Formats: sequence, structure tokens, C-alpha cells
Amino acid sequence: MTDVAVRRDTARRWLRDNGVYAAIVLLIGYNLIFTDNFATVANLNTQLVQVAPVLIVALGMALVIGTEGVDLSVGSVMAIAAAILPLYLGYGLAPAIGLALVAGALCGLLNGTLVAVVGIQPIVATLALLVGGRGLALVFADGQLKNINNAELLDLGTGKASVPLIPLVAAVLAVVAWALVRHTTVGRTQVATTGRTVRPVLLIVCGIGLLLLAVIALSTGTRINVPFIVLIAAVLAVLVWFLVRQTTFGRQLVSVGGNRAASALAGLPVRRVLMTTYVISGMLAAIAGIIATARLTASDPSRIGELFELSAITAVVVGGTPLSGGRVRVLGTVAGALLMQLIAATLIKHNLPPSTAQIVQAAIIVAAVYLQRSRSGGGQ
Amino acid sequence: MTALKQDHISGGDSDDISVAAAGMTRAEWLAALVQRRGSLAVLALVVVIASISFGHFATIANAQNIAMQSSFLAIVALGMTFVIISGGIDLSVGSVYALGGVLAAYGMQESSLLGLLLPLAVCGGIGLLNGVLVAYGRLAPFIVTLATLLGARGLLQAITDEGNVTRLMPEGAFLTKLGQGTFLGLGWPVWIAVVLFAIGVVLLQRTRFGHSTVAIGGSREAATLMGLPVARRTMLLYLGSGLTAGLAGTLAAAYSASGVTIVGVGLELDAIAAVVIGGTLLTGGAGTVGGTLAGVLLLKVIQNIINQIGTLSSHYQSVVSGAFLAIVVAVQAYLSRAYLRGRRR
Amino acid sequence: MDDATDAVLAARSVGKRFPGVIALSDVDIELHGGEVHALVGENGAGKSTLIKVLTGVYAPDDGTLTYLNMPASFSRPLDAQAAGISTVYQEVNLVPLQSVASNLFLGREPRNRLGLLDFRAMNREARKILDAYGIPVDVTRPLRTLGMGVQQMVAVARAAATDAKVVILDEPTSSLEPREVDTLFSIIAKLRDDGVAVLYVSHRLDELYRICDAVTVLRDGKLVHTGPIADLPRLQLVAMMLGRDLDEVQREGTTKFEGERTADEETAPALAARGLTAKHRLDNVDVTVQPGEIVGLGGLLGAGRSETAMAIAGALPLDAGRVTVNGRRVRSGSVAAAMRAGIVMLPEDRKADGILPELSVRENIALAALPRMSALGLVSRRRQNAVVDTFMRRLRIKASSPDQKVGELSGGNQQKVLLARLLCTEPKVLLLDEPTRGIDVGAKAEVQSLVDELAKDGLAVVLISSEFEEVVEGSDSIVVLREGRVVTELHGSDVNEAALLAALAEDAKDPQDPKDSADD
Repeated sequence: MTDVAVRRDTARRWLRDNGVYAAIVLLIGYNLIFTDNFATVANLNTQLVQVAPVLIVALGMALVIGTEGVDLSVGSVMAIAAAILPLYLGYGLAPAIGLALVAGALCGLLNGTLVAVVGIQPIVATLALLVGGRGLALVFADGQLKNINNAELLDLGTGKASVPLIPLVAAVLAVVAWALVRHTTVGRTQVATTGRTVRPVLLIVCGIGLLLLAVIALSTGTRINVPFIVLIAAVLAVLVWFLVRQTTFGRQLVSVGGNRAASALAGLPVRRVLMTTYVISGMLAAIAGIIATARLTASDPSRIGELFELSAITAVVVGGTPLSGGRVRVLGTVAGALLMQLIAATLIKHNLPPSTAQIVQAAIIVAAVYLQRSRSGGGQ
Repeated sequence: MTALKQDHISGGDSDDISVAAAGMTRAEWLAALVQRRGSLAVLALVVVIASISFGHFATIANAQNIAMQSSFLAIVALGMTFVIISGGIDLSVGSVYALGGVLAAYGMQESSLLGLLLPLAVCGGIGLLNGVLVAYGRLAPFIVTLATLLGARGLLQAITDEGNVTRLMPEGAFLTKLGQGTFLGLGWPVWIAVVLFAIGVVLLQRTRFGHSTVAIGGSREAATLMGLPVARRTMLLYLGSGLTAGLAGTLAAAYSASGVTIVGVGLELDAIAAVVIGGTLLTGGAGTVGGTLAGVLLLKVIQNIINQIGTLSSHYQSVVSGAFLAIVVAVQAYLSRAYLRGRRR
Repeated sequence: MDDATDAVLAARSVGKRFPGVIALSDVDIELHGGEVHALVGENGAGKSTLIKVLTGVYAPDDGTLTYLNMPASFSRPLDAQAAGISTVYQEVNLVPLQSVASNLFLGREPRNRLGLLDFRAMNREARKILDAYGIPVDVTRPLRTLGMGVQQMVAVARAAATDAKVVILDEPTSSLEPREVDTLFSIIAKLRDDGVAVLYVSHRLDELYRICDAVTVLRDGKLVHTGPIADLPRLQLVAMMLGRDLDEVQREGTTKFEGERTADEETAPALAARGLTAKHRLDNVDVTVQPGEIVGLGGLLGAGRSETAMAIAGALPLDAGRVTVNGRRVRSGSVAAAMRAGIVMLPEDRKADGILPELSVRENIALAALPRMSALGLVSRRRQNAVVDTFMRRLRIKASSPDQKVGELSGGNQQKVLLARLLCTEPKVLLLDEPTRGIDVGAKAEVQSLVDELAKDGLAVVLISSEFEEVVEGSDSIVVLREGRVVTELHGSDVNEAALLAALAEDAKDPQDPKDSADD
């Protein structure tokens, strides 16, 4: 490759991996300067609550895309969960949520079976549920929008938890620091003895920072109110991150997506891994449906989750998870969802119509996919 | 590819040349027949059963109604058929359809000519954009058209002030009459659909363009190696899909005499369902225009039946469509595998 | 054959380099009209690169191409095709769902006066063409319903029908029955009579001597020999392909195999594979390996060595045959079952079937044994690290850290990573398919001594290698395969270069009556 080509390729790769973070930073910066009322807790809450359902669905989507597949049925699964929920609230919130989750898992099982056992392409397999699922949801709900009066659900939807501020900030900073460590090569050196790379400067800075925070925490007792919905989304993100990185299933998922033939030859249970992935996606979609319903305090199976598969895929792709599978970037997916939300919010705050946001989103999807194309030609 | 891995296309049972000369086996012939004509058989069956069960079904008025309702979806599905046969997919047709209607209403404020040309130009342009990105940019069709779906809908909202503006079509204008008028009892859109389908049949089965479309869907690499202009033809297919969606939207808007913005949501799924149920392989390489027509009619007849029943919620229609789709695709996969011996990997 | 005829297509002093490897160096070849020219060489000899240069896929770095007496440079394969150079690849590159006639005429379908496709004319013409070649086929059938042999012949017919002046056939008989080979040869004969220049790439010596007029031998990217095939005895041809000098068998310690192992003949075999049969690939193959023994699978390209290994490893579905490990039967057709029984395989193509380039060394090594390193579904980093470190040290895997992406390692280290992955599962039988292919000399030596060590530890090893010396010096006994069948077995003192060469070059008397092969 020529010099120019090599540089262009490196730039392209950097953009693909880190572009989303750069974009978020830039956009936050822009908003801090030009948008009123941006850096308020109220605004932060609003944005996070709005993005939570998409984020949860996107987490499942990232897993499926990691296996080189796609799940187009997530919006319909949300609708099914939303339709089932009010039917069983009479038995209590927990059973109702439980049943909705089971429904989501069953949808995922159906998808997984079609893909892994029957051998249908994921687009087609999940398309069937996309078409039929929403109708099914409407059948369950008799086509009606139902207002929900369950107090517990209401609380879930609009309630907030009181969380100590400093540890929360520390946790967020820890995530940011981890992202920096993973995605940049600043200050990287190699330890002679073990051959492992460490970042002495970065570690020292983090250590001091945490120390300072601990001191402040002990002295102040500030607490902040975080909406339950946001907490749920955050916990799920951490769980999925953990799943991908630390569990046997997660590692097997990544290798099945990376090279199915090699994984099969290495004795991995490919079929089981694929089916489980779709079940998880279905359950996450169900959770998103439950949350959206709780927030609306109404079950609206005809509108809920509309175009969600699109938003989820966007978040995943923009976040740097390749459509060709083999790699799941959970943090990137979170960032992707946040970025899209931020773009929409920025445009609204500056009195640009939502249609502009849609067009911008479309352009970003194309750009993100374009960046994902490997230089060595269309091959995985 | 290593010398070991003979996992390209494997052959059928007939390794012996003398058997090859004898023609297809009964099973193969039957499988092919089911694939191509199955939807027609099911349609006929459903129509017969419905005529017997419901008094109002087998009436001329009902038939006219079904034909009218089907015509718009049929035109969209026609363009989709070609795209799917070539191995691609176009998810943007729903948005393009709506955009076409709105632009038609806009253009009608000036003249009928503009009311027809404006949507075709813009929708064709979007189709061309899809085509360029897929054929020359080598990006996956489903994500490109997913993006266009979003972008076109955004454009739609933008020009109608976020869906607040609905232009009405002038009463006596040519285009409105085209949408609402009838000829021999059937609406003009129905006749237009029929003509387009006739052209489509000829184009697919009797021209080099159509023949190469099927080949490209069957094996893109082989088609390229055989010297076919694959990229250019693929681009034209998406252009065609955009045009048919735009035309259908224009006619639908003329029929209702207004450019409504909320239409077309999920239309792409109906179109895909119709194409697949009609016997076209979603993976491409085989399919018929006639099958798509049967698929469209089947979907609309089922919808009609559900309406006739009255007690059943209309939402059952999409459940049935979804179930049909799943069954058809599973059967397709089974037939493919049984008679294709598997393209491993 | 008139030597004075100008070559239709000629390459002179052609060279082609890729990063890190010289694919072709100073190669000449001349294709004359009315002549069938054989191109032979083992893996890595440069055959496919040469073809790609001739057909415009690659542009040569050195040397010139001449076509029809004029200097030629094709910018894309389509240009070469349009100019009259047709290639028929080993993989049938036709459209399976379309009919035979459609495939023959795609892109140039006959039209009637209205400009519409005239299918009747197309079918008629197709029938005529195929009849002229002696292939009685119903031209309206979808291509995929026909056997590979017929598909291949349709591909050849298409190439010929496009007024080609040069037809290149790349391993055309690899999936053909003997009867189909005869038909193919009559097509080739007709091409020759029509004055077409045919380039025939194959490793099947019988065929070469049957149909070809001239031969060019490549080895390691260089031209070894070119001339009339009748002037070249088989043994010499094979020796040239493999780079052995018949007159002086040099024993310069080419491999690190010690060669002296005492396999205990009394104990039960660790691996016993009997009657392995898979349509078109294997025919009644038997392989027996004692614990601590290394059995080599000998044979030229396409003999069925890799298929045998894959069948034992469960990656190739079998029509018949059984595999037992230490007397216990292993379910065929399942990799997981084979691995549970203790059979592991190092695949031939480590890039396609082995490594996961984006994952780290640690992940790649741990992949197969992951369940053993996890408790309750959580991967125990500690256990994983311990195992990985052990193997990295033992196999001397050079990586900047266990976290380095495997795709960045050298070929030799990648191979070691794969070996480590297999060894993590504590196997009893190790199947190695080309363990030293594409790796540098130092790593090669390390892998070879490692294999020796593993055998000494009691593992049963099956070794496939296209490096002659490796097979001879590494194996305790050799099973020689040809076209999916066991031809002979070499034991003890018979395991030497001369004997193997002779076994490989032997004239093939068809062990089965041709009538018997029509079994399905």
C-alpha cells in the first residue's frame, strides 16, 4: 500500500473506532456554549430517560449483530410486552413483568430457532416476527390504548432513586477513564518483565483523582435523584458488558460471529450460542417495552417501539460494532445511542424540526457503515 | 480456497450423464412447481372458501374494492420483486411512497404534469441514490435502504412542516381524475397496475436485462465473471424500485385527493411479504412477477375476509401475514436445501 | 505440433511479488494453438499466480505478455475474456439456479425480431453445442440439479463457445467420475482440433499423460522444466515437482524430526479409522495409529489427505466407516463428539478455519477449552492466564503480550497458537494438516521438534505435509493416498524418499472395474 493509502486507512480505522466518542465530546462542547439550559440536572434527566429504552434494545441488538446477524423484530416484541403487561397487572407488578419477559424470551426463541436450526437468514427470520408481532400485540390488547393505574408501575416509570452524588460521579469518571485507556495509546509503555502494557502516568492521575473524590465524599453528603429507568438501563449496560467480556457465553458469542467455521472446528456449541443470543435480545426488548409503558403510564401497542429497530441498529453501527460480526462494543453502543439522542436534542433546542434530525441520522448511518468497509474488499 | 474445501455448489443426484439427459426428477419438478405457483393455488383456494362462506365476498362491488386496494401495493411490489430477485432488498419504499404522494399534491397546485413529474423525479432520485450506494459503494442493501427510509421520511416531514400541512388535490384536475376515475368498472390505478405488470413480466422473462437480473441474484460472482454489467444493472433496479414506489404513492394520493403524510409506514414489509409469498426467493435468483401479483392479492383478500368476519380484530391480518411469511420462507429454505445440497458457509 | 507456429499467448521472464513472498520469478511459458499444455507444480509453486497474470487478474511486476503476436496487458479479467482468453475455474462459476442453456448464453442470449429473448432458439443452439461435444443433457434443467461433472463440462462448453482462442482449465477433473473425464477429454480434443490453445492445470498424472502435448513444471515460483510431455518420464516429473534430485538423495538434515521412535506395537491403537467413505472424496480409507506413533498421510494434491483428517475429526460427514479412540467408538460427523473423545485437528487453512484474528492470543488459545476454565459460566481469568502462560512458554510463542491480536503475529506463531489451543483440551489424537506451511525456517524447526515431543509423550499423531522431507523424516509409517483411496502403506525401513516417490509416481491401474463405480 502506498503511504497515502496507509494513512487514509489508519484515519478511517480511528474514525470507525473512536469517532462516536469524539462526536459526543464535540457535541457536548457545542451545546455547553450555544444551548441554554443544557448543563442542568433536569435536562440531563430528560435526555437520559428518553434514550433509555433505545439503549436497552440496542444492547440486545449489539449482541445479535456480534454474531453476524440482525434482529428486526425488536419493536414488535416491545409492543407484545407492552400489550401483555396490563393484562396481568391484577396479579401484581412482579408477575406481570415476569410474564412480559417470558413473552420476550419466547419471541427470541422463535427467532433463534429459525436462524440457527432452520437456517434462515436473520433478516428474513426476524422480519416475520416484525410483521406478525405487532399484529399479535394488537390482538392481545384488542387494539386499544390502555391507561394504566397501577401505582407501582407508575413509580417505576417516573420515580427516582436517591443516589449519593460523589460515588456516582466517580463511577462515571471511571468509565470515561477506562474508555480512554482502551481507545488511545497515550502514555503506553511496556513492562520489561511481564510484557504487559501499563500506563504509569494515567494510573497515577486516576489514583490521585479517586483519592480526592473519596475525601470530598466523606465531607459532603450530597445526593442526587436518578430516575429508576436510567438506573435500570445503566445496570443492564453493565451486565451486558460483563456478559460479553467475562462469561464463557460472551466469548463464544464473539468467536462465533468472528469466524463461524473456526468456532465450529474448535468444538463450540454454535447453535446453542446463536439461540441464546436471540433470546437475550428478545428479553431486552421486552424490558424496553415495559419501561416505555411505565413511563407513558399507558400501554400503546400500536405505536410503541415504532422504528426502534432502526434506532437500535444505528446506535450499534455508529458505536463501532461491525455488521460483519466478531466484535461487540458495548460502550460504543451506549455512546452511539447517546449521540443520536444528543443530535436530536440539539436540533430541537435550536428550533430545527425533528425531520432534520431524521435526515441527519440517515446520513450518519451511511457514513458509519461506509467507514466499516474494510480496505481489503468485501470479505469477512 | 484450499484444494480441500469443495464447499462450493455441489451437484444433485444425477451424476450420471444418462440420467442428466432424462430431464428433471419428479420431485425436483414438483418442488419447482410449488415454488412458482403455490401462491396462486392458495389464492384460488382462499377465494373459493371465502365465496362459499361469506355472502358479500363474491360480489362485483367487493371484487372492485379488492382490486383497487391491491393496485397501489401491487405497483410497489413490482419494483420490489426485481430488487429482491437480484439478491437485494429495498426497505425505503414505504417512505418513498408517502413522499411521492405528498410531492404529487404539491405539484398539483401548479399543474397535473408537475404533479406527476415531481414525485417521479424525486423518488427516482432516491432510488438512484440507493442504487449507487449499493452497487458502487458496495454497502449492504438492507442498511442503505434502512437509512433512506429514515431520510426520506425526514424529508417528507420537512417539506410538510412536520406533517402539519396536507395539500389537497384540485377536484377536476387530470391526475385526480386518474386516481379516482374508473374504466370498465375498475379504477384507473388498477389498469395502470395491470399494464405495468404485463411490462414487468416481459422485462423479467424475455429481455437480456431481466435474464441478467435473475443471474445476478443467483450468483453475483459468476455473473461478474461472465462479463455482465452487474453494478450498472443493480443500480437501475433500485432506480426502478424508487420510481414504482413514487408512482404508487402519487396514484394513492390522487385517489384520496390529498397528500397525506402518515401513509406508507410499514408498506415495505407488506411489499416484501407479497413478493416472498408469491414464490420469489428472498435470497434472490428465482422469482416471478406473476407470483408477486398473486401474493398481493392473497394479502388483500385475507384482509378483506377479516373485515367481512367483523368480529375478528383487523390486527389479525398482520399476524396472518407474518405467519404466512415465516412458513413460506421456512419451506423455501427446506426446498432449497433439499435440492441444492447446501452451499456450506 | 508445429514448433514454428507463433505462440498464441506467451509470457516471458514474468515475475510477481507480494509482501513477503516471491510468487513468480523469471517464468516463461508459451501456449500454441492446437496444443494442450500441462501446468504442474505442488502447492505454492505459483500455478494460480501464473494463471492470474495470464488472465489479467494481476499485472506482472517483471516480464512481458504477448497475445496474438502483440504485447498484451489486461487491466481486468473481463478484458482478457473479451479478447478471447477464457478460464474455467475449479469451482464452477456458473449460476446454479439457471438452466444449462441460460448459463451457456448468459450475456449473449439470442433475440427474435422484436428484440425479445428467443428461448426456443437458445435451447436449440445449446442442444447443438452440447451434442457436438457429446454431452446429452436436457438443456432446460436448472444447473444445480446436475452432477458436478456435467456442470464442469457446461462451464467448459461456455468457455469454448465464446470464440475463445485460449482456454485455461484449472483442475477441471477434481470432481468428475471416470466416465465424465472421458467426455471432458473429448471436448478438449475437439478444442485442440479447432486450433484453440489449451492450458491444463492438474496434479493427476494419468490425465496429463493422456491428454496433454506439452508440460511446464513450476516449483517455488520458478520454472523448472518445459517441453513435450512425451519426453518426460513420470518419475522424473514427480521428482521435479517435489524438488528432489533423483541422482543424489541428499541427507542434509532437512527437518528436525528425529525419526527414531519405538511405537509399542502390542498396545491397542490410539486411533483406528476403518472404511472411511464419503462420496467423491474418500473411498474405504483405513488409518491406524498407536499411542506415540506418527503416521504420515502421503499423496499429491487432491489425494484426499485433508479429507481423511477432517473425517476423523468429525468435520466431514461420512457415508460409511467408523472411528475408534482407544477402542471406544466415536460418533462421526460431529466435531464436538470427536473433541470429547480426544481427537483434535489443526486445519489446513489457519486463516479461514483456525485463528480469530481480531481476538487476543489468550482468547485464541483458550477458545476450545473455555468451559474447562470457567466456573458457573464465568471465565476464570486466573485459570485462563495460568494455562495460557504455560503454553506460551512451552511452545515459545512470540507475542508482545498475551493480549496482542493474533492477526498481528507471524505465521509461525499463529500456528503455535492454534496448536496451543488444541493441546489445552488434553487430546489423545492430534491431526496435523500442513503444520509448517507458510512459516519461517526457525518456527518450522520448533514445530517439528514439538511434534516429536508430543509423540514421545504418548500422543497419537497423524501428519499431513506437502513438504516431502517432513513426511519422510517425521513419520513412523506412511499411508499413501491417491484420489481418495489408500494405494499402499510404508512401514519401518520402507519409510524413505525413494519408496515414497515411487509410490506417488506409480502408474495408476484403476483398482476398480469402471463398471463398479456406477454405484448410485
